Amino acid sequence: MDEMDEIVQEFLVESHENLDQLDHDLVELEQDPASRALLSSIFRTIHTIKGTSGFLAFSQLESVTHVGESLLSRLRDGALQLTPDMTSALLAMVDTVRALLGDIERTGQEGSDDHSELIAVLTALQETAPTLQETDAEPSGPAAGTATGATAEETTAAAVTTSDRLLGELLVGQGAVSEDEVTLALAAQEVGDDRRIGEILVNVGDTTPEAVAQALDSQHEGRRSAADSTIRVDVDLLDTLMNLVGELVLTRNQIVQRAATRQDPDLLRTTHRLNLIAGELQEGVMRTRMQAIDTVWSKLPRVVRDLSVQLGKQVRVHMEGRDTELDKTILESVKDPLTHLVRNSVDHGIEAPDVRRAQGKPAEGTLTLRAFHEGGQVNIEICDDGAGIDPAKLRDRAVSRGLMSAEAAARLTEREALNLIFAPGFSTAEKVTNVSGRGVGMDVVKTNIEKIGGLVDVHSVLGAGTTIRVKIPLTLAIIPALVVSADGRRYAIPQVSLLELLRLDAAGGGPRVETIHGTPVYRLRGQLLPLVSLRQQLGLDDGAGDATYIAVLQADDRQFGLVVDDIRDTEEIVVKPLGGLLRHIDVYAGATIMGDGEVALILDTMALAQHAGVVSEASGRQETAEAAQTTSAERAHLLLTGLSDGRQVALPLDAVDRLEEIPADRVERIGGQEVVQYRGRVLPLVRLDAVYGAHGEESTGGDLLQVVVCGHEGALVGFVVRSILDIVDAELDVRSVLDSGGRLGSAVVSGSVTELVDVAHAVGALGDLLRAQARAVQDQQTGHLSSEHVAV
Amino acid sequence: MTRQFCTFRLDGHLFGVPVETVQEVLRHQSMTVVPLAPVEVSGLLNLRGQIVVTVDLRVRLDLPPREADTASVNVVVRTHDGTVSLLVDQIGDVLEPTQADFEPVPETVPASLREVVEQVCKLDGELMLVLDTERAVQPSVPVGAL
Repeated sequence: MDEMDEIVQEFLVESHENLDQLDHDLVELEQDPASRALLSSIFRTIHTIKGTSGFLAFSQLESVTHVGESLLSRLRDGALQLTPDMTSALLAMVDTVRALLGDIERTGQEGSDDHSELIAVLTALQETAPTLQETDAEPSGPAAGTATGATAEETTAAAVTTSDRLLGELLVGQGAVSEDEVTLALAAQEVGDDRRIGEILVNVGDTTPEAVAQALDSQHEGRRSAADSTIRVDVDLLDTLMNLVGELVLTRNQIVQRAATRQDPDLLRTTHRLNLIAGELQEGVMRTRMQAIDTVWSKLPRVVRDLSVQLGKQVRVHMEGRDTELDKTILESVKDPLTHLVRNSVDHGIEAPDVRRAQGKPAEGTLTLRAFHEGGQVNIEICDDGAGIDPAKLRDRAVSRGLMSAEAAARLTEREALNLIFAPGFSTAEKVTNVSGRGVGMDVVKTNIEKIGGLVDVHSVLGAGTTIRVKIPLTLAIIPALVVSADGRRYAIPQVSLLELLRLDAAGGGPRVETIHGTPVYRLRGQLLPLVSLRQQLGLDDGAGDATYIAVLQADDRQFGLVVDDIRDTEEIVVKPLGGLLRHIDVYAGATIMGDGEVALILDTMALAQHAGVVSEASGRQETAEAAQTTSAERAHLLLTGLSDGRQVALPLDAVDRLEEIPADRVERIGGQEVVQYRGRVLPLVRLDAVYGAHGEESTGGDLLQVVVCGHEGALVGFVVRSILDIVDAELDVRSVLDSGGRLGSAVVSGSVTELVDVAHAVGALGDLLRAQARAVQDQQTGHLSSEHVAV
Repeated sequence: MTRQFCTFRLDGHLFGVPVETVQEVLRHQSMTVVPLAPVEVSGLLNLRGQIVVTVDLRVRLDLPPREADTASVNVVVRTHDGTVSLLVDQIGDVLEPTQADFEPVPETVPASLREVVEQVCKLDGELMLVLDTERAVQPSVPVGAL
């Protein structure tokens, strides 16, 4: 009986694989109903399942596949034309077969479900045959007869059912026939000659039976060798191997470190070899766990098809980079998020055909899935050419859902607003369809992707489409990391979040740490980089003056500098989970064993940033609601600047892009407007002195202009001020509106009356020049997007 | 049916854990301190490539801290939550007391101790406290909460 079980097991594994292929083929067939190659492939798959289930006495499975096969054989023979109804019925059959196989896998028996309805549907579809008038589908009927015929063929010459075109190609390759002769024979088949291609060719006298037999043999050989070169391996075994390799890598690290301290050339040589072999082994074992993303993607066309039929939309799926490989465990954990994102794009992104036509788009929407490797990470993009997302709507919804105050919402950048779709409790669907109300929100998608160290980002152009970009690591088990130290202990930072390393020059002269109300910041190329002390975050004693390095890290879309005592080395580390007692400390992503055998903790960049408050409100999740309470009390981050006559003017820090010193002689003019060339764009300058009527000694600023570069809706403006004073977190309680244009009013900040600049107003006043600049920039951005769609 | 207990000492008290839960006993090991961890966690241990959390039972059971320079022993136990090492003063013998000698913990025993002690076993001239290892490796509950 064991042997029998084994056969059943094999049958199950094989059938499951075939069914996935079937889903894919059927959806593709709908696009290209005339493809004989696809039809033959589908027919073969069903036929194989039918044959084996008959042999194993799974009668239900046999009867379901039997009617499906009959329908397919008539389609293949051209007696019927594929209709969407047929595709649906065939897909339903695939589902039924899958359910039956599932029952067999669980219980060893077929379930007791009644499938007669499906059988009836499939039978009825066969009877709509235009060329045949039979009304009964009795086994003696011609419809079933076709199927029996196919079985007979199969038993007499199994290989004959392989693709006809392929046989033709083989014969051409052998030089037995010419390409034209094969085309002729195929044409004969198409007009109703139901003989096999080999038969036709032999009968016509184009070739000999021997040549056909030889071609058939080589067809067989090709298949056999493919089967021989691969074996199925239990995933558990691979996991065990992976763990062992992880251990080996750690041991190697230890030995390499020990050997380096000893003057033993033999030992060194051996260690080098060990190093190499362990490296190769690690790579090899990792490769065994790699799977093409197609294993997940292949199910998506079916998902999209079902969904679009249900929603009355037309969607075409286009895939790029299907063979992009990534670790199986990662693949499994992105499967559900990806499916959800795709469903979401079809449901919310792509519009109904009439809406699309009204907007001058093709009725059929395109969903592009793209995967590629980049810098040790896998990028997956899901692009639709649908309606896009309106950031204003998102802001409104965030406010109406009580996720944040109106002021906070208004302050969000467009990008932050778009990322609101990932906030918990946020649904943009105008009405809840049965597709969107499935309990898995976009926040879950984000959480799941972040759980495996990935990132999600969304880009959208209103009316043109949305692109969701997912970045995930190639593998989780072994990652490159930077080892730093604080208070004499070592900590590992995953290399993926590391941007650059800076050395602090304590002796002065060079760049140094400045403080704003006790909060340390660092001027990195003119931009303020918030600093986070590792010692402080870990509650270690603050060894003053010890900090010498800054590791610039990326968390979400924010950067921050982690101040550490020392930087050691980069090392491949094996991530190990922490025990239950420590799991709740989220600043650790795990622990690893260093070369000297000691344990080092792995830092979680994201959690560090959140603890230090670096990550913005929009991505701060839970804190958002509370933060909204406080921000509504008119708290604002302001950049304080001084005018020539000593007055203070404040700019909202959110709008500030960079602080620059620009030589006065670089200022040029367009009409009456002062501009400078700045990072490849024309930056208009606004002298706040002039705006506010400050008439101090304007020229004493010297040769360098202090410019605050502000961004507003994609446009950049440079505000020229006399001096940059401070960054304050002020409560704007005293407020008067003595407006003289371009300001929000004034408030008391740091003890003196300060005028607040309304960046939007100032930008508006600049008029056409700026609008032209903004357009140019937008064109650049959308240019990127539209070229993507051209590629589709 | 009798059960075997691996015994150890903590501040003079005799404790026992079922012998089948004990994986191994180690001499003092160098440990990596974990900042921000609960106080009873004294660090992480590299046990042949496996990273094991060490819980100082003295701290966990609210006993006076171990004097400096006194040796400690790691009793590595298997729990539902993985392998955990318990830091104790001294390791004792494996005992096999009879079932009749066990009694529930008296109500008057401090809550911090009662929380993690399953039973008390009356040995000749001494009491053995049977430690609930699963409980002992959970974060301690504030005394007032009991």
